[in-house]
Amino acid sequence: MAEPIGIQIRNLYKIFGNDAASLIDKVRTGTTKTELNDKYGAVLGLNNINMDMAAGRIQVIMGLSGSGKSTLIRHINRLIDPTAGEVLVGGEDVVKMSPEALREFRRHKTAMVFQKFALLPNRNVLENTGYGLEVQGIPREKRIETSMRWIERVGLKGFEKKYPNQLSGGMQQRVGLARALSNDAPILLMDEAFSALDPLIRVDMQSVLLDLQKEIRKTVVFITHDLDEALRLGDSIAILRDGEIIQQGTSQDIVLKPADAYIANFVREVNRGRVIHVEAAMSPLVADTALPSGSVTEGTSLDDAMKHLVASGADRLTVTDAQNRPLGLLDSATIVAALVGI
Amino acid sequence: MEFLSKFPQMDDALLRDLKKSIDESFRGFTRAYGDGIESFFEPLRLFLVYAEQFMTRTPWIVIFLLIMAIAWFGSRNWKIVVGAAATLLLIGYFGMWDDTMKTISMIFVCTVISIALGIPLGIAMSRWNRVQSVVNPILDVMQTMPSFVYLIPVVMLLGIGKVPGLIAVVIYAMPPIIRLTNLGIRLVDADMLEAADAFGSNGWQRLSKVQLPLALPTIMAGINQTIMMALAMVVIASMIGVQGLGQPVLRAISNQYFTLGMFNGFAIVGIAIIFDRVSQAFGKRLQKHTEVVHG
Repeated sequence: MAEPIGIQIRNLYKIFGNDAASLIDKVRTGTTKTELNDKYGAVLGLNNINMDMAAGRIQVIMGLSGSGKSTLIRHINRLIDPTAGEVLVGGEDVVKMSPEALREFRRHKTAMVFQKFALLPNRNVLENTGYGLEVQGIPREKRIETSMRWIERVGLKGFEKKYPNQLSGGMQQRVGLARALSNDAPILLMDEAFSALDPLIRVDMQSVLLDLQKEIRKTVVFITHDLDEALRLGDSIAILRDGEIIQQGTSQDIVLKPADAYIANFVREVNRGRVIHVEAAMSPLVADTALPSGSVTEGTSLDDAMKHLVASGADRLTVTDAQNRPLGLLDSATIVAALVGI
Repeated sequence: MEFLSKFPQMDDALLRDLKKSIDESFRGFTRAYGDGIESFFEPLRLFLVYAEQFMTRTPWIVIFLLIMAIAWFGSRNWKIVVGAAATLLLIGYFGMWDDTMKTISMIFVCTVISIALGIPLGIAMSRWNRVQSVVNPILDVMQTMPSFVYLIPVVMLLGIGKVPGLIAVVIYAMPPIIRLTNLGIRLVDADMLEAADAFGSNGWQRLSKVQLPLALPTIMAGINQTIMMALAMVVIASMIGVQGLGQPVLRAISNQYFTLGMFNGFAIVGIAIIFDRVSQAFGKRLQKHTEVVHG
């Protein structure tokens, strides 16, 4: 298994249009997206992006269409060249790589999953899964062995001789995932990978990814326009609007401390019980009183805590840390207060 | 007023001199390089001769079974194979077997050469817009210029025979394969190319593993068109000495042999239909996986 590597993005700008290089200084000195479009007919795709994506974690980039999220992920494997800035992967700047070095980088360091699957219709599941290995020049037997392992792992055993048009959308995307994982690259780029799927299948695929991630520990960059998906998957979430990052943080940070009205507006629709952890809702310990016997560990969602509370029949719970030390108290009133956001 | 009623054309004497000097310089070119050019095309002539000898000297039953086998492996359709068998047997029964074999060998060689030249050119056109903008008008000329016109310089250079016939047929039949190769590659979904790039494919891998396989059904349509157009040229090519079904037709025209013309004409139609159905069925089998089964 490849060692996970982190990704750092530094002062990244992307301007679409002729003569982008000469406009970069104007953008740096504060020309807005609208002004740039009106005066020079150029589109500001990304504006001064700075991010640190931790090795072996899932980094979600969320934004609506036109926010620049798909542009941003394509800078990591340089399917799009930036106008200015650095993309550092394991300390090496992707932007400065020669075509040959870039090809090697794409073969061994990154693998990508696409919104519209992008499977080759003339190849069956097995041949599609082995595409990345084939490009690397891995011999046939080795390729089949690796492909079969991942086909099995994503739950498509028995389908390896089927063609993409014989599979449902969910199954096609499992092939897309198997193809990416077969590469054994430390970085997995997922561009709205589950957006084209039905809601139930989407949740199913999210579980597949979370399950796999426990074992493979890759640096996953996941693009989505769905906040629920972002909150469920992301170890860290960045929210993008008009080519700028407006907030970065954990799901707790986003839901509890939205950076502005735009994000607050999104967050209003979220099922808070599933996102907010008990430690964010608990009240402090009261000295000299007996602790309630029921307890939940930190990191438990309010939903689960409520179930626990109802099932145990108690009216209060102790919140403990992993070492079973008490941290705070939780009762139905504090839970409700956190759920409605006061 | 003469200026308005009569088009102000070039001086007659000057025009005559212009035509004459071009003709003479071309004749000079022919005299100087004709032999060299002829020997350049010698391998092509040998290819034609061998193909024709193979088709006419092999026992008819072997050729018949060979064509049936190709029809079956191409189409995997019994109806097409039975139709092809019936057509060939009828052609043979009416005494046109030898001429048909000569025509098929000619069409085969023309198609092979058109593919060998056309597909690389189509790939180059899809790759560089500049090549496309140069080649497209040339293809327009090739397709619309009356074939008799380019028969003249070809005959002047190479005389009468198989090779000039082949060149005339190839000029006429090659444009569809070039155009459809170009189109097929340009129509490949950008998402597929992005995926190919994202996995680190180099230029050759991208072409051979993604672009050509996905363009193959369109390229097959081009090959089908090329075969059809080559067959359409058989009669014209017979005017410069290409043997086969075209020559009896030519004889029928000059002597008003109605039945001879009809028989040979229908024989050409018959083999055209066989080639068309088999190559189309083959093209269709190539695309069976691209059809959407699930919504």
